[in-house]
Amino acid sequence: MNKRIPHTLFALGAAVLLTTACTPAPKENKVADPGTAVSGTVELWHFFTEREATAIDQVVKDFTATHPNIKVTVKAGQDDSKVTQAIGAGNGPDVGLSYSTDIVGKFCSSGAWVDLKPYLDRDKVDLNQLNATTRSYTEFDGKRCAMPFLADAYGMYYNKDLFAKAGITSPPKTLDELTEDAKKLTVRNPDGSLKQVGFLPLYDFYENAAAHLAPATGAKWLTADGKSAVGADPNWKTLLTWQKNLVDWYGYANLTKFKASLGDEFSADNAFQKGQVAINIDAEYRLAFLKDQSPDLKYGVAPLPTSDPARYGGGYVTGNIMGISKNAKNPEAAWELIKYLTTDDAAVIKLAGLLKNVPTTTKAIADPTLNADPDFKTFIDIFNNPNSMTSPPSASGPAYQETFGQFLTTYQSGKVPDLDKGLTEADQKINGVMSLGG
Amino acid sequence: MGVRLRRGAITFSFLAPALIGIAAFFVYPLISAVYFSFTKFDLLSVPQWVGLDNYRRMADDPFLLQAVRNTLWMVAVFVPVRILGAIGLSMLLVQFKRGAGIYRTIFYLPALIPPVAATIAFVYLLKPGTGPVNHLLEMVGVDGPLWFNSPAWAKPSLVLLGLWGIGELMIIFLAAVLGVPESLYEAASLDGANAWHKFRSITLPTIRPVILFAAVTGVIYTLQYFDQAAVAGSIASGQATVGAGISQSFGYPEGSTFTYPLWLYTVGFRYSALGYANALAIALFAVALGVTVILLRRAKAFSGEES
Repeated sequence: MNKRIPHTLFALGAAVLLTTACTPAPKENKVADPGTAVSGTVELWHFFTEREATAIDQVVKDFTATHPNIKVTVKAGQDDSKVTQAIGAGNGPDVGLSYSTDIVGKFCSSGAWVDLKPYLDRDKVDLNQLNATTRSYTEFDGKRCAMPFLADAYGMYYNKDLFAKAGITSPPKTLDELTEDAKKLTVRNPDGSLKQVGFLPLYDFYENAAAHLAPATGAKWLTADGKSAVGADPNWKTLLTWQKNLVDWYGYANLTKFKASLGDEFSADNAFQKGQVAINIDAEYRLAFLKDQSPDLKYGVAPLPTSDPARYGGGYVTGNIMGISKNAKNPEAAWELIKYLTTDDAAVIKLAGLLKNVPTTTKAIADPTLNADPDFKTFIDIFNNPNSMTSPPSASGPAYQETFGQFLTTYQSGKVPDLDKGLTEADQKINGVMSLGG
Repeated sequence: MGVRLRRGAITFSFLAPALIGIAAFFVYPLISAVYFSFTKFDLLSVPQWVGLDNYRRMADDPFLLQAVRNTLWMVAVFVPVRILGAIGLSMLLVQFKRGAGIYRTIFYLPALIPPVAATIAFVYLLKPGTGPVNHLLEMVGVDGPLWFNSPAWAKPSLVLLGLWGIGELMIIFLAAVLGVPESLYEAASLDGANAWHKFRSITLPTIRPVILFAAVTGVIYTLQYFDQAAVAGSIASGQATVGAGISQSFGYPEGSTFTYPLWLYTVGFRYSALGYANALAIALFAVALGVTVILLRRAKAFSGEES
């Protein structure tokens, strides 16, 4: 027998043991009795940088002023992958603030973020003060492991000068009106190429992701059992057919060439800001960019046009989320901080004002200062509208959206001749990708 | 202590730093990856043993074929183009007698630029409408392609980017070409050989080990092609990367730059299927190892032996 084999086996066994020993183990989450004094240090990781990070610091300072026994250590610029790896390695921050609701399914189902129900029950926090959409994207399978930290509402921006030039007096309310206006607002060069586009309908343009357009028809992503619904829900077909007709009117090649020449979304060369595109889908945060980068642009904001006039007024809603890591060193102080930042009306109003995001509590939503700006109020109204929708949490994160996104880019290029068949295949593909994790 | 034992201890003490490094940063991660490839693992909870499920799942993976196809395209085109480019450039540079150092430095310089920065620069240079390259082409009456924004041109644009940063390989070939004994060329000249004959019968056989080296390292490098494809897709798409992460634009446009490592990363870190991602990594490792062994066996010249 080869004498090396036992040594090799020993080394392999030791490595496997080491590997399994280094993987995380579950930890029981115990909640203190009501009225227990909370103190100590709490570490907050968030993804904001620069101006926005300063805003967080200001509100955290307010928190420490009212909670003198708690010291908050803030680490800015931490994205989801860093938080995930830190929790996996057993060194997660006490509090994580994420930009993506896509992680809720994973963090709730795996227990990476602890169940907040015991804290909510103990402190008698009324969740009804949060709007229904934000409540839905902060829990998964009935487990609430996250709280909403401000929100984004998506609507339509339109260029008032270009509208006036084209003789359009009001923003479109239906998809048909959007098509009509987009055609009127489009200017072609003598060779047929595009000089100015009314509405650029490609799914891979700026914020035109399917999730942001889905509320236009009320298209749903997943069935009740968490499977893909894109093939079964006829609203997707309505949306896709409308979009493809408009793409064909422009010419796909013309659109891709025009799109390729445009500036980056978050630069001063943004196509809407430069007047190259007359109508654009975007969220409330664009208001701050317009003020900063294009102060002379005359624009208006309105809800997303819809296929059915009865659905008008809503849009896509998403937001930032907060949770307590399963290996938090000071979970009680972590909860105090989360409770303050997500349910204290004064804190939420201040944050919404500083970050120019939509607030999430009932009182903050009604705050007269925030509603004083009619453009910002439009987005608050979209956020509150019962027709507004979000993308549901899933244990495989954004897999269903991105897989469908790949199908959509193929479809809009004209490579899917049979839409019904294509949607059925997309269903299978999405379910296939969602099951890769086992 | 016996002499042999003492010698062994001394030898081991010299080897220890390297052995510890290899064990900690290669052997342990490799064995971990093999272990995790047999588990259901999301980085956040305890891995569950699932046997060969992750490997079986590859047959039903809807994006694997696309990722493999793009990666194989890069291997089939980029590796030969890179080698031919480096040989051509080195042959050109040996012709320069005056100012040779300056030319070598100029052609080597792009290799010093970080790949991410180089990719960003390339995307902006080739940007249709505003980039200078298409502007120059327009001046001579050519309607430039959409480069990184075209599914047909995106991969060739990446090859072009790789060709620009060829300096590192060029230097190796240059050293090999300069190492060819001058007497062989002189003898060939006396026999009436022209430049092509000399190149084919003297230069190429002499630098064959270096070509093999370039082929092996090129295949391994291209199988792991990630940075440039990820950055080019993200920048060319013009979409925000904050909020959804850079992987949202992986493969742009229309999946044409979606390579195997990009899919592996997406599955592991975006879709939380770390067990399956580890299986993909092991499969990639096995392919890279297999290709290397085949190349080495087919051309033993790598070790100085005749084939």
